[in-house]
Amino acid sequence: MKNAIIKLDDVWKTYRMGNVKVNALRGLDLAIKEGEFVAIMGPSGSGKSTAVNMVGALDMPTKGKIYLENRDISKLSESDLAQIRGKKIGFIFQQFNLINTLSALENVALPMVFQGVSKEERIKRAKNILEMVGLGDRINHKPTELSGGQQQRVAIARALANNPEVVLADEPTGNLDSKTGETVISFLTNLNKKDKKTIILVTHDMNIAKHANRIEFLKDGTIVKSKKLRIGG
Amino acid sequence: MLQDYISYVFENFRKRKMRSWLTMLGIFIGIAAVVALVSLGQGLQQFIDEQFEAFGTDKLIIQPKTGFAPPGSDVTTIELTSNDEWVVERTRGVIEATSFIMENVKVEFNEQIRFHQLFSIPTDEGKKLYDEINQFEVQDGRDVRKGDKFKVLVGIGFIEDDLFQPNIEVGDKIEINDIEFKVIGHYERIGNSGDDRTLVITEDAMREIFNVEERVDFILARAAKSEKPSNVAVRVEKELRNFRNLEEGKEDFVVQTSEDFIESFQNILLAVQLVLVGIAAISLLVGGIGITNTMYTAVLERTKEIGVMKAIGARNSDILKIFLLESGILGLAGGAIGVALGMGFSKLVEILVATTGNTFLKSTFSPYLIAGALLFAFLVGAISGVMPAIRASRLKPVDALRYE
Repeated sequence: MKNAIIKLDDVWKTYRMGNVKVNALRGLDLAIKEGEFVAIMGPSGSGKSTAVNMVGALDMPTKGKIYLENRDISKLSESDLAQIRGKKIGFIFQQFNLINTLSALENVALPMVFQGVSKEERIKRAKNILEMVGLGDRINHKPTELSGGQQQRVAIARALANNPEVVLADEPTGNLDSKTGETVISFLTNLNKKDKKTIILVTHDMNIAKHANRIEFLKDGTIVKSKKLRIGG
Repeated sequence: MLQDYISYVFENFRKRKMRSWLTMLGIFIGIAAVVALVSLGQGLQQFIDEQFEAFGTDKLIIQPKTGFAPPGSDVTTIELTSNDEWVVERTRGVIEATSFIMENVKVEFNEQIRFHQLFSIPTDEGKKLYDEINQFEVQDGRDVRKGDKFKVLVGIGFIEDDLFQPNIEVGDKIEINDIEFKVIGHYERIGNSGDDRTLVITEDAMREIFNVEERVDFILARAAKSEKPSNVAVRVEKELRNFRNLEEGKEDFVVQTSEDFIESFQNILLAVQLVLVGIAAISLLVGGIGITNTMYTAVLERTKEIGVMKAIGARNSDILKIFLLESGILGLAGGAIGVALGMGFSKLVEILVATTGNTFLKSTFSPYLIAGALLFAFLVGAISGVMPAIRASRLKPVDALRYE
C-alpha cells in the first residue's frame, strides 16, 4: 500500500452504554491514497461517523492503528493531534459549524491562528481563498448574514486555510438544496482534480457519491463493498 | 494570537451583553468599595501624618483618665491640678511644661444661644509650647495676650459658618455663660468643625471669670532633645504616681507621647480599614463566584464551538487560554468600572464631608492603588475562570462536535 496518506489498520471502537458494550467499528481496514477522492457510504448506525472521526484524527480507536503519512497517530496526545488536524486535514461539516461571532474572514483565518501564522499572512491568505470560493465581496459578513450555500463556501475556505493534504467532508450537502449542493460538490471535485487534494466525502446520497473515484460501503462497523468508479483523477 | 483571542472574547461579550454586565456588576461593586475605602484611608493617613509632623515628636501630653467622657465635662471626677504640672515640669528629661483648661460654655449672641467649647491658653513662657501644638494663625484681629480679661478669640466658624444670625464680626460683643466678652480676632480656617468652632481666652481670665481654681485639663511637656520621649514619659508617670499616692497600674491619668498618638491613630485607622476592606473582599468573592457561574454557562453554550475549534487545530492550551482570558477580561472590565466608581465615590464623600466644615479629608489616588485594583480584578476574574476553562479545554472534540 504505497502512497497511502491515511490508513486504518484493524480499527475497533467500542462504546459503553450503561452495561452494554457497543462495537461501532469492528476491525475496519481502510487505505486512502494521496490524491484520491473517496466517498464513504452507509446507512445510519453503520459506523460511518465513527469511521470519519478516526480518519480525521478527532477520535482514538479502542484497538487498532491509524497511520497518517505512515506515522502511527493512534497513541498521540490530544494537543499533538490538534496540531496534525490543523495542518494536514481540512474539515467540512454538514452544519457548516462556522463561529457566529466571527466574520467570514476571521472564520477562515482561525485555523491559521492556531498554527501561529502571522496576522498579515493570515489576512492575505484568507482573502485569497474567499475570493477563490466566490465570496470576495462578503468577507466582513457574519455567518448569520450569509445564505446556507455561502456559509458552506466559507467553511470550505476555512478547510483550505492551512493548505491541508486531506479535505474531509462529512455530509457537506446535507443542509443544502440540490442545486447549491451541486456547486459545493463541483468545488470539491475541482480541488481534487486541479489542486490534487485528497478528498474524503461522507454521504448517503448516491448522486453525490458518484463524483468520487471510489466508494466504500460501510455496514456494522466494517467495509462490506468497495466500488471503483474511475481510475485516477 | 493574543490579540485575536481578545477580539473573539469581546465578540462573545457583545453577543451576551446583559449577562456580561451583570457578571461585571458583581466585581465592580467590590472593587469600587476597596478603591473608595483605601483612597479615603490614605487621605486620612496623610492628614494625620501632616498634623503630627507639625506637632513634633518631642511632646508629652498628660490627661486625667476619663473613661468615655471628654475632659472638662461634668462626668469627670478625676482632676489634674497645677501641682501636677509642677511635678511634670520638675521631672528629669522635661525641659518645660504648660497646661490648658477646657470648659463647655453657653454662648449668647443676638438673643440666640449655642453651646461651644472654651479653651484657655497660657500667656506666660508656656505660650510657645502651646503654639507648637496649635499651629493656627490669627487671620483677622489679634491673638489674646496677658492682661486680656473680657476678650475672646474665636474660630472662623463663628465668622463665616452661620452659627449665629447674623455671623459674628470682630469687634462684636458676645456673652459667655452670661458674661460679656469682646471678640478681638478670629483664627484662619482649620478644616474640622470641632476646631473651627472653639473660643479662646487667657488662662488668667478663665480662672478668674469662670472660677476654675487649681484644675488643669491638659498638661503639655517638652522632652529634652537628648532623651527618648518614651523614656521621659515613663519617668513622668512614675513621678506623678508617687505624687498622687497611687499604686503602679492604678494610675488615674495617662501620659502619652506624640509617637503614641500617631501609633494609636494609625492602629485605629488600620483596624477600621481592614474590617471594611474585609467586607469588600467578601463581595469580591461573591463576584468571583458569579464569574465562575457565567463561565460554566459560556462553556456549555459554546461546547460545539469548542469542538469546531479543536477540529480545526486548537490545542487544549489554546482553549484554556481563550476561556481564562475571557474570565480575566470580565474581571478587568468590572475592575475598571469599579475603580472609576470608587474614585467618584470617595470624591463624593470628600465633598460631603467638606460641607460639614471638615476640609481635612482629601481622597488620594495613588497609581499603585489603581494599578493594584485593576490587576487584582483581573486575577479574581482569571482565577474564577480556571475551573470552567479547564473543563472547556478537556472536552473531547468528537463529543463537543456532537453537542447540540
